[in-house]
Amino acid sequence: MTETQETTNATLFEQLGGAAAVDAAVDIFYRKVLADYRINRFFDNVDMEQQAAKQKAFLTMAFGGPHNYTGEDMRKGHERLVRMGLDDSHFDAVMEHLGGTLQELNVPEALIAQVAAIAESTRNDVLGR
Amino acid sequence: MLNITLGESKIACQADETVLDALLKANIQIPYGCRQGVCQSCLMRSLDATPPVTAQAGLKDTLQAQNYFLACRCHPEQDMKVALPDRQGALLEACVVKKQQLSPEIIRLVLQYDAELAFFAGQFVNLQRFDGLMRSYSIANSPQYDKTLEFHIRRLPNGQFSNWVHDELEPGTKLTLTEAQGSCHYLPGRTEQPLLLIGTGSGLAPLYGIINDALAQGHTGDIHLYHGSRNLDGLYLIDEMRELARRVGNFNYTACLSGEVIETDYRQGRAHDLALTTTQNLKGWRVYLCGHPEMVNQTKRMAYLKGASLSDIYADAFLVSH
Repeated sequence: MTETQETTNATLFEQLGGAAAVDAAVDIFYRKVLADYRINRFFDNVDMEQQAAKQKAFLTMAFGGPHNYTGEDMRKGHERLVRMGLDDSHFDAVMEHLGGTLQELNVPEALIAQVAAIAESTRNDVLGR
Repeated sequence: MLNITLGESKIACQADETVLDALLKANIQIPYGCRQGVCQSCLMRSLDATPPVTAQAGLKDTLQAQNYFLACRCHPEQDMKVALPDRQGALLEACVVKKQQLSPEIIRLVLQYDAELAFFAGQFVNLQRFDGLMRSYSIANSPQYDKTLEFHIRRLPNGQFSNWVHDELEPGTKLTLTEAQGSCHYLPGRTEQPLLLIGTGSGLAPLYGIINDALAQGHTGDIHLYHGSRNLDGLYLIDEMRELARRVGNFNYTACLSGEVIETDYRQGRAHDLALTTTQNLKGWRVYLCGHPEMVNQTKRMAYLKGASLSDIYADAFLVSH
């Protein structure tokens, strides 16, 4: 099971263009998030470089690339934001920007759907449920 | 098998190990996180060998040029002497050779050093007085054959160090300084790229160094400098900058005053506001921001939202200690 999963994930990551694709996506994705009045208050007062590095780790995971994220990390990392009122509407907004970013990079819809599914699988951990 | 030297420790690194593996195996505690080259927690610096290309992937270009690398991605190709990034390197001695008043608030201080010192204009060093009192100042010049360092020191109302420099420090006095640090400096390459530089107060010091460095290295893209202060006392080198703008076709200079007094020949408003409203889209630009922390952080975000890539924004926020 683990074996097949890894093979499938590696394929998605490669199909998307690997680490270079993540680099291209981070710049667009983080800009969309910061410009969105619905969610940008969650990103005030954070170091932009550190934040961009986190976004990169997140996108690497969503792209099916190598990562060490656990559900527990996701919970811990978003605890503070949940206390600030982070809910499904904000998660949806981020998902919207993820899709928009990939469309801007001309990623085929079938691959976008796979990325969205991986990102979606973190929803409950991110929202601390 | 290769050797990694960190401070006094010499550690063996096997062929299949990364620098991080080898250090952890030797029970040396260094910060690390993802072990995938993403989080950059295990950032280190090579003091001799050029790090392998794969160990520098994803790092800011100025850090790459200073031989920074990620320990978790580094399979050494030769023996390496390494250091953690926040460790201040060796101390060296320098002597005051010139002190010049640039404005009522700002003094140009030129030091001469004997030992070897590698630096880029725009980086900073810590200057230390005889009694140990230490402050960080940006370097306003590129390395020269005469081994001098130029600083622009603004008098702060309760600044112990700056008041001492302004009132008491005499040419001939010896100071101690640390190695140059910081990643806000010019790098050659992409010479057609437009540059936007915004500084407040003595934030001009690094920018002045960066501009001269860029021009000396043949930068052909437009260079726009916005220098701001509340009142005229905080602006300096105005004539020199205006003269440079007359002489050099691709250099543009805007002196900005944000206080209430309106002076002719100066733009009214805050430097970053004027700069950002004048430039609609910063996609493809290289941006340098130095000075007041609030200005730097706010402008960094605005510049990014206006299209500048985060990897093209170089910032140095001046934190004040009294």
